[in-house]
Amino acid sequence: GQRSSESHKNSSQSFAIVSFKWDHVKEPYIIALWILVASLAKIVFHLSHKVTRVVPESALLIVLGVFLGGIVLAADHIASFSLTPTVFFFYLLPPIVLDAGYFMPNRLFFGNLGSILLYAVIGTIWNAATTGLSLYGVYLTGIMGKLNSGLLDFLLFGSLIAAVDPVAVLAVFEEVHVNEVLFIIVFGESLLNDAVTVVLYNVFDSFVGIGAENVTGIECVKGIVSFFVVSLGGTLVGIFFAFLLSLVSRFTKHVRIIEPGFVFVISYLSYLTAEMLSLSAILAITFCGICCQKYVKANISEQSSTTVRYTMKMLASGAETIIFMFLGISAVDPKIWKWNTAFILLTLVFISVYRVIGVIIQTWILNRYRTVQLEIIDQVVMSYGGLRGAVAFALVALLDGNKVKDRNLFVSTTIIVVFFTVIFQGLTIKPLVQWLKVKKTEHRDPKLNEKLHGRAFDHILSAIEDISGQIGHHYLRDKWSNFDRKFLRKILMRRSAQKSRDQILNVFHELNLKDAISYVAEGERRGSLAFIRSPSTDNMVNVDFSTPLPSTMESSVSYLLREKAGPVCLDMQALEQRRKSIRDTEDTLAHHTLQQYLYKPRQEHKHLYSRHEIMHSEDDKQDKEIFHRTMRKRLESFKSTKLGINHSKKLNKIHKRDRGQKRRNSSVIPNGNIPSENPVQDFTLKEKDLEFSESEENNDYETLHLGKGVDFLANVTKQNFTDTPAGIDNPVFSADDDQSVYMKFSPWLSSEDTVVPSQRARVQIPYSPDNFRRLTPIRLSNKSTDSFLLADGPEERPRSFLPESTHM
Amino acid sequence: TGGVPRVPAPVTSVLSLAVTSEQIEHLHRRFKQLSQDQLTIRKENFDSIPDLEFNPIRGKIVHAFFDKRNLRQESDGLADEINFEDFLTIMSYFRPIEMNMDEEQLDRFRKEKLKFLFHMYDSDHDGKITLQEYRNVVEELLSGNPHLEKESARSIADGAMMEAASICVGQMGPDQVYEGITFEDFLKMWQGIDIETKMHVRFLNVDTIAHCY
Repeated sequence: GQRSSESHKNSSQSFAIVSFKWDHVKEPYIIALWILVASLAKIVFHLSHKVTRVVPESALLIVLGVFLGGIVLAADHIASFSLTPTVFFFYLLPPIVLDAGYFMPNRLFFGNLGSILLYAVIGTIWNAATTGLSLYGVYLTGIMGKLNSGLLDFLLFGSLIAAVDPVAVLAVFEEVHVNEVLFIIVFGESLLNDAVTVVLYNVFDSFVGIGAENVTGIECVKGIVSFFVVSLGGTLVGIFFAFLLSLVSRFTKHVRIIEPGFVFVISYLSYLTAEMLSLSAILAITFCGICCQKYVKANISEQSSTTVRYTMKMLASGAETIIFMFLGISAVDPKIWKWNTAFILLTLVFISVYRVIGVIIQTWILNRYRTVQLEIIDQVVMSYGGLRGAVAFALVALLDGNKVKDRNLFVSTTIIVVFFTVIFQGLTIKPLVQWLKVKKTEHRDPKLNEKLHGRAFDHILSAIEDISGQIGHHYLRDKWSNFDRKFLRKILMRRSAQKSRDQILNVFHELNLKDAISYVAEGERRGSLAFIRSPSTDNMVNVDFSTPLPSTMESSVSYLLREKAGPVCLDMQALEQRRKSIRDTEDTLAHHTLQQYLYKPRQEHKHLYSRHEIMHSEDDKQDKEIFHRTMRKRLESFKSTKLGINHSKKLNKIHKRDRGQKRRNSSVIPNGNIPSENPVQDFTLKEKDLEFSESEENNDYETLHLGKGVDFLANVTKQNFTDTPAGIDNPVFSADDDQSVYMKFSPWLSSEDTVVPSQRARVQIPYSPDNFRRLTPIRLSNKSTDSFLLADGPEERPRSFLPESTHM
Repeated sequence: TGGVPRVPAPVTSVLSLAVTSEQIEHLHRRFKQLSQDQLTIRKENFDSIPDLEFNPIRGKIVHAFFDKRNLRQESDGLADEINFEDFLTIMSYFRPIEMNMDEEQLDRFRKEKLKFLFHMYDSDHDGKITLQEYRNVVEELLSGNPHLEKESARSIADGAMMEAASICVGQMGPDQVYEGITFEDFLKMWQGIDIETKMHVRFLNVDTIAHCY
């Protein structure tokens, strides 16, 4: 503006070294400044725990906004900032809704879909109709004084004030922690009612524009039809883009860095496309998130997944903060204020009362069909939690003042309503929930048994439904998951991801991981993992090593057993007990297998620490030798059957080299401490073992082939290799240990899409669950080639942990 | 015959508070369909249900229908055939809780359902779920997923067993032996979880029109 032209004038005389180019940067600067202010405000709020525990953040932000707006007003005498509908609908709302959809608990959502739909559709229509009609009725009595609105205007107002707001619900319920069913119903309702709101709003808006006289029956029918079109169309757009996104994510293996970008861009496109086609944009982006989450999470790398999660949360949280702050700021605008006590008061009364009535009626209907009943307390929370928020405000701000004469009144009322619900109801809902003793979310550690039984239930109930000839919930879910497994997964998921996606396995791996981490934590606490060998811990461990064990097989495996850490994990002891109770060979075998899988992580970690810290005695070394041999043997046999002879020859060579190395290099061997109370006994056994393995090794590839793990075990049992009991039980050990060995010599062997984690991966702690998953049963992978040696899935995954990696 | 089936008295005692006459009628029709108008059903009759084929634990479920323990008969073992009364008995395990049940009824209800589940797992009827039996169950459960190998299933079963052991017995002394999961242990495992809301089928729902026959 002026300054620049002045400087321009001056520039004809001299060169301005520095100039103040405010207008140049004004727009982005102000935006950035507001975002900064909002974020700083959040920091300030959370400094005081007492305040944030009582007052919901959203309320604080609104108050701050009002305050800031006041300052701006005082300074400038105009309200320069306000929450414009464009900014709101295009930039602030999509991240929040996408975040909601992407992290939606699908099973819960679809399990309660019926209830959610009822509340969203019927409930919103009920709210809109009753509020609008009641206000009109009261208006007719003249209490409100003179207004320029007719029935249609009131109905329009009713429709925009009726909708429960997802932003507000999220903001408030987040701090309240009600049980998940309750939450999903209210939250689902707030998301899905967008279709109804959009339709009602548009219909009445256009009716008001057309004029009350011209509204015919046809228009009404068109309105009803448009509801179905808008809602179903929006959903379909969302699903289409979800499909697209999942498909794209399947191929992004080589563009890891921009992988997260796809999620955001494609989802945003779904929103905009729906908006362009005048369909429900919120529904589109919600369903895009809901439908794509499974496939995208399976396909993208661990880092990308984390990036997506954090970015989404950041955008959503940021948007929410800005929304509430601007709600406050926008309120401070003298131009829009028009006060009509009766109208405002009555609106507040009506929306609350009708919501309660609506919830009660609908719940009564629903409870006839629901298996889990919604009780009175739930209904209270649902009624009370029907918060209005920024969506209503944005919709009212969109109204055209020329068409709707009382726009300012509507705006003022909406602001008051939003403030009331967010601040007052937000403040009081927490004590209310506590007072009513609403059932809260139970946070429990995932239990393997629960998952298993849950799965059993699904199948049992499915079967009962089939047997009794009813098409029920489980039947449908079953059908869907079959369809998904047969078709969708094949198209949308990467081949490597397809295999390992089983819920139960995930929990299993998580538990293993937890055990491992606690083991390592214990080790760290004590300074080294040598604590396992200390006499004190030996006493705590419930195994009696002093007496010779009955079978040879058991005795050599006992070395494994001794590596437990007593105090670390209960399971260990339970394990021990079972060991003693088991009488037959098969059970012992199984038992040892179990130990392998649970011990595996410990072995892993021990390997890493034990490299440098543990002093190995002779017998330790020899124990490790045995392990190594057997593992290597198995590895080679596996490889030989799958790859042919060439490879095994190569392995053989390396193997021989290793063996030599091994003898010299005790610290490499990972199997850690095996405290020996009976050195003499152990030695003899091991000597024998050693000899055995040397001679037998080369002959045994065929017999030890790993067609199926079970067969293998059976074979070995029968043949009674004394040196391979550890081998029987260490299918995975072998892989990992050989990993360390092989990776040292032949890193070029790694290739795509194989199972075992690379050396580099294993160096990382803590392991991500995905990586960890790969540590356990390698057999997960049908890809046979090199599966023991090579990394699971995209090798960039482990690589990316390393700072110096260049292969991203 | 489309009329209301004549349900013998013992059934009503079993199903008190449970199934409405409509539902009994429906089940009766279904029963006749399965039994091909005979009075009893055998295991083979369940083969005629197409969708059941894909169910991984089909075997155990069908088995449960013939398990005498579930049929509330004193004896043990498997029945060869069941009649409609038995059919209803089994179905009644899956009725949902009603709003007006008191504590004692709820507890009994819960125990019933858990007992049914327990019988399903305890295939050799010795009152304990041993490791091998548990493994069988898990293997069957996971057999639906073609990519999971038996080894994984076994290790999962083992892990689950250990978890159960730690829940049920907690810290065990050096000389203790964990034989298997008994029914009491089983109950303990399920303590925090409300099985009543999970283990039911919708159609056996609603009214407590105590039918008087």
